[in-house]
Amino acid sequence: MLGAEELIINMGPQHPSTHGVLRVKLKLDGERVIGSECVIGYLHRGVEKIAENRTYQQFAPYVDRMDYVAAVSNGLGYCEAIEKLLVVEAPPRARVIRTILTELQRIASHLLWLGTHALDIGALTPLFYCFREREEILKILEKYCGARLTTHAFRIGGLQYEAYDTFEKDVERFCKDFESRIAEYETLLTNNRIWIGRTKGVGILTAEDAIAFGVTGPVLRASGVKWDIRKAMPYAAYDQYKFEIPVGTTGDTYDRYLVRMEEMRQSRLICLQAIENIPPGPIMAKVGKVLKPPPGEVYHAIEAPKGELGYYVISDGTVQPYRVRIRPPSFINLQAFDRMVRGHLVADVVAIIGTIDIVLGEVDR
Amino acid sequence: MADEPKEPQPPEVPTGEKPASKPSPVSTPAAKPADPGAPAAPAKPAAPPAPPKPPVVLQTPLNNEMVARYRAKFGAAIVDAIEDRKQAILVVESGRLAEIALYTRDEEKFEMLSDLTAVDWPKREKRFDVVLNLYSFARNERLRIKVQAVEGEEAPTVVGVWVAANWMEREVFDMFGIIFSGHPDLKRILLPDEWQGYPLRKDYDILQQDTAWVRENLGIESGQ
Repeated sequence: MLGAEELIINMGPQHPSTHGVLRVKLKLDGERVIGSECVIGYLHRGVEKIAENRTYQQFAPYVDRMDYVAAVSNGLGYCEAIEKLLVVEAPPRARVIRTILTELQRIASHLLWLGTHALDIGALTPLFYCFREREEILKILEKYCGARLTTHAFRIGGLQYEAYDTFEKDVERFCKDFESRIAEYETLLTNNRIWIGRTKGVGILTAEDAIAFGVTGPVLRASGVKWDIRKAMPYAAYDQYKFEIPVGTTGDTYDRYLVRMEEMRQSRLICLQAIENIPPGPIMAKVGKVLKPPPGEVYHAIEAPKGELGYYVISDGTVQPYRVRIRPPSFINLQAFDRMVRGHLVADVVAIIGTIDIVLGEVDR
Repeated sequence: MADEPKEPQPPEVPTGEKPASKPSPVSTPAAKPADPGAPAAPAKPAAPPAPPKPPVVLQTPLNNEMVARYRAKFGAAIVDAIEDRKQAILVVESGRLAEIALYTRDEEKFEMLSDLTAVDWPKREKRFDVVLNLYSFARNERLRIKVQAVEGEEAPTVVGVWVAANWMEREVFDMFGIIFSGHPDLKRILLPDEWQGYPLRKDYDILQQDTAWVRENLGIESGQ
């Protein structure tokens, strides 16, 4: 006779669909998950400790290595936090270029999510399509600053590089093409019976739970909370552009899919509006070569592709930060995983990990 | 001219009245050699206009209605209320954090705990600051609440108020060794369970590590 006792199995840290070195201990009753525990820290590099031992500028490239598929967003949050600490503002031209690059990065990050998420569930084709378009974005980033992934695109106070000659044209061409590309992904997935079967009703997170767990970004919006820091507390140049905040109703995996698809469309619209009118002028504010922010502290958060990315920085008036705390969206969103996974089948675990869209470099820092 | 590479410095805050005294040593040696007579006189009045660097006040006491409500309700438990770069900060007594947290969530509508972290001030008697960054959807505002914690003493948990605090407090325990009383599952989260030491404390050197753990588990002398 087979016993009916609980079974504990390990998933990861070396598992193709944990998107990095995440280990999940699953407590199973048959094939049903009745509990889970995430074991993290395999990629811990002590980023916050490193920050205390570097100057403000020296630390800037390190933040790119947290969410390494959205390095531009990480850099934007850090640079703006230090600018707030210094009480300076980047010039308008720099802010607009930053906005364009960050929105392109959001599309690239969502494309990576879509490709791998679909792959996890068994749809192989979207991966190739997504990487094709992502490549175009990486090419623009490479042309702009020379790097594709860990870009270090921005500087404290503005930008180091002026936009290259055909920058607007490249962005425009990408945005024009991209509209039909999203339609292509949608023909593959949105009405696909298998896709719907694997995602609808899976990993439901209610709005109350999402807020209690501090969940932000597309996951929160799919649960029906219309909150986006780009609208609520605008930064960079977001207050100048028109865009919608897509929200879901049920907070399941399918809703999160729809929300991110619509977000890519909105990011495309922001880019198109922004290249229309990039104001002339300087790209760097007047900041010294040696940065000594006045003593004090600041918390600055941006809407990164994965959610609220916050920097809490304390200055003691020296060239090195006294403390840099990074509030990573992935780390905090992952905490709701246990709530989302209970009662589902083992096969759904993969879908739920994919739908939170975590990057372990950011979870572990 | 040979004045270090600090040309257009950002507004400096009076860390010890130094910015005011600095321009004068530069102007006096310049005035002495170039002392042919008349030009010296206009040079001197030029020196006083130098210090019109109005001390930029970034931290101001915070006295709004919200703080008044807090003060009326909790009295002396609200130790301090300040504003730094237009961001509201409340310093509260750690013993009453649980009630204050509950009030903040339910009455003041700060429904979301964005972040919970700690800061080490080794020279202070109460060594640690536990810092809560809160957000209110209803008011679209942020609020920072700080409590001080003594090394070796327990700090109150807020997991009962915001579930999100669970992992955040575990991380603070992991990195600073602050023990949260009442936490449901307080253990290390990023570092290995057996690790000795708390890396984000100021007395933990950046090259320091738990050598015994590294030797035993990784079979190498140093991870550096």
